[in-house]
Amino acid sequence: MYSFVVQSFAEWRSCSRALLNAQVPPDQVIFRDSPVQATLFDDESAGEQSWSALVRVPARGHKVPQAFLDLAHAVSCHRDTDRFQLLYRLLWRLTTNEARLMEVITDDDVHRLHQMEKAVRRDSHKMKAFVRFRKLVTPEGEQFVAWHRPDHRVVRLVSPFFSRRFPAMNWTILTPDESVSWDQKELRYGPGCSRDHAPDGDELEDLWLTYYGSIFNPARIKVKTMIREMPVRHWATLPEATIIDDLLNDAPRRVAEMIARQEGHARSARDYLPAHQTLKSLREAAKTCRGCDLYCEATQTVFGEGPADARIVLVGEQPGDQEDLAGRPFVGPAGHVLDDALQQAGMDRSEVYLTNAVKHFKFEPTEKRRLHKKPSARESSACRPWVDAELRLIKPKVLVCLGATAAHSLIGPGFSVTRQRGQFVRSDWCEHTLATYHPSAILRSLQSESLRKLLIDDLKAAKHQADNS
Amino acid sequence: MDIQEKLSILADAAKYDASCASSGSKGTRAGSRLGSTEGMGICHSYTPDGRCVSLLKILLTNYCIYDCQYCVNRVTSETRRARFTVDEIVRLTIEFYQRNYIEGLFLSSGIIQNPDYTMEQLALVAKSLRVEHQFGGYIHLKSIPGASENLLEEAGRWADRLSVNIELPTPADLQALAPEKKPPEITDAMDAIKQRLDQYQSDRQAGFKVARFAPAGQSTQMIVGATATPDLEILKTASGLYNQQKLRRVYYSAYSPIPHADARLPGMSPPLVREHRLYQADWLMRFYGFGSSELVAESDGNLSLEIDPKLAWALAHREMFPIDVNRAEREMLLRIPGIGARNVDRILRLRRHHAIRVSDLKKLRVAWNRTASFVQTIDHNPALKQLDAQGLKDRFKPREKQLLLFDTGQSALDGEF
Repeated sequence: MYSFVVQSFAEWRSCSRALLNAQVPPDQVIFRDSPVQATLFDDESAGEQSWSALVRVPARGHKVPQAFLDLAHAVSCHRDTDRFQLLYRLLWRLTTNEARLMEVITDDDVHRLHQMEKAVRRDSHKMKAFVRFRKLVTPEGEQFVAWHRPDHRVVRLVSPFFSRRFPAMNWTILTPDESVSWDQKELRYGPGCSRDHAPDGDELEDLWLTYYGSIFNPARIKVKTMIREMPVRHWATLPEATIIDDLLNDAPRRVAEMIARQEGHARSARDYLPAHQTLKSLREAAKTCRGCDLYCEATQTVFGEGPADARIVLVGEQPGDQEDLAGRPFVGPAGHVLDDALQQAGMDRSEVYLTNAVKHFKFEPTEKRRLHKKPSARESSACRPWVDAELRLIKPKVLVCLGATAAHSLIGPGFSVTRQRGQFVRSDWCEHTLATYHPSAILRSLQSESLRKLLIDDLKAAKHQADNS
Repeated sequence: MDIQEKLSILADAAKYDASCASSGSKGTRAGSRLGSTEGMGICHSYTPDGRCVSLLKILLTNYCIYDCQYCVNRVTSETRRARFTVDEIVRLTIEFYQRNYIEGLFLSSGIIQNPDYTMEQLALVAKSLRVEHQFGGYIHLKSIPGASENLLEEAGRWADRLSVNIELPTPADLQALAPEKKPPEITDAMDAIKQRLDQYQSDRQAGFKVARFAPAGQSTQMIVGATATPDLEILKTASGLYNQQKLRRVYYSAYSPIPHADARLPGMSPPLVREHRLYQADWLMRFYGFGSSELVAESDGNLSLEIDPKLAWALAHREMFPIDVNRAEREMLLRIPGIGARNVDRILRLRRHHAIRVSDLKKLRVAWNRTASFVQTIDHNPALKQLDAQGLKDRFKPREKQLLLFDTGQSALDGEF
């Protein structure tokens, strides 16, 4: 009977090689993890020996599959005290008369070792995942130190991974069994130590907890899955685990709040569209539109006007003060600018259809006047079904957007009026869609004359396009 | 606004995107001083929603010019807004990575100014990480549909993975909930990425040394349950994406209530079971040779919520069973419920050495309760006599439905709140 103390894969390998050479069958050998006191059950003859005694036997070549060596390497990190014993038995069977044994994975020995290998691989993976470095600033520079508690003795198996991942950092990983340090050149192993040797916190942990708490969606709770993948025994070394309870407790409230805060297009013009659509029926229906809250303050709905067969449709932003009172589009100062420009472009107002992206006046009341206020994206979007319906009925040859609000609503939110003004593009309603300045921009601008000229040019281009298509 | 506040807003805004895996990029970039990619990704943590934290998943900004109804960041939503600078994201990524909190960066963004500008900013973050910091970890950039091709090229040079969200399963869904997003723009962007990937492949095979382009390929995400579209349509769309655009992954994300939601959207808890079934079906399409239409047997075009799709298929095709594990070909073995692709390979190897018995299958850890009635082994398998039993299906239905913390059991299944 032979008995050996073997602690690492390398030791086991040399020892087993010698035993194989001496043709010692597995039931004649006992492998131990550590030197033990002789106990009652110990065989007197089984005192510990060194395998060097066996080396005198001439070496023979023993071929084993690579798969076995990989398995043995991993299994040697397992905590089970039987591991080396089992490995030697498998080795013996492989080299005596069962060369293909590794493929018979349901064999009891192979199966058991695979189970152990699986546990080691999982533990190694968890070490790669759950090591948390804490930064220390020392006179020699930055040092990253982690405390981790693996289930098996996987430090040597995993540390090369950390050296590939953090080559330009000085780091140390402490575990109860063993520690490892990297100085940007080589890995050094040392004795294990207790948690008190590891630093307590890191300046970044608050940010990390903020991230962890924010990326969690309280509407989908799956605690079981979390615990399966992140076993509770690791929580002690994971800073984020400290807030899990709080996150769970707060989840129902957060979900209730998410659902309660519905908004947006609870209403839109869609709900007010008539079943049978003509310009006339639309105009009538729009009078009662409550698609957004703008109707509360405005005097009346200002719907589009012009011939149903117009070849050109002009869409502005929204009615102004005078339009709101008159109930007609483009009758105020900006309307005069537009009339004038149309005339200079050779068009008559009566031959085009004029309308707005938003049909109610939005304003800020001041002491003297009702100051025009730009409609929000939500209001434009709530009002869009009206313009949509108008354009579907008219099917214009040319569509002119006056100003950015109309352009964004009809061409697309990425459209830039300053850069793409005057270019024909395709929109959902019209092959030839063009955007230009809003007439009120001309009223306000310091370069009003040059803008006016551009507006007229664009209107001319629109007319030209309409005449030739 | 300080970095902590920005992080809380811009991580919160990113939490609805399900795609976060960090695998598939083989080999760390040469010369890296921090970070590695070694094929298999690592989940560094798990949140109570059971999802893994593998990447720092954030938005560059949650300002957006679009108005997609299902999205909390749409222009008309009154959510709090923030924007990171390129440097802030780079610093956060490096610092988190150094502590081993994360595997890399997943960067997406609301669309600001225009698609090109937004894409340029995203690519800039990745470039700075790679060039200035020699960062070798994983980077996933969400491409912006409509951005120009040379920006895609630039992004793919620095990122491991590019993705374009298909958003919703069909063009009609997109028209209903995101009228400003155009289906052709989305597929064009996917095609452009695929062409670049193919180009890279063929250049390399021809022996040229070319700059890497998105070595982990491209993926997409679609939201499930925001519209009435049934599973069959969803799986057909996914199968098209796998075949035509050669996507590595399609992520399904159960529509989850968002604050400031549009009232047309269902106010409900996310249909998590449905999402899970879709992933199972997706897996069966990619690795088991199932077609989308054979998987959906229910008359309403949806997958069964009670039993997994493979089992459902087997129950509907009992004439194909029992399958003899000692004789059947690989394709047939793959169709046995409870036996996965890895175990199929093991069975094929094992049976060269000895005839397979029930005990072998149990040792392989097949899901025996599901497998039992469908396989023939060399020894007696008493469960086989149930194959033709009327009530076989009922045996598999879950006896107790698991209750969610704040939910009724039924809503966990169908998502109705």
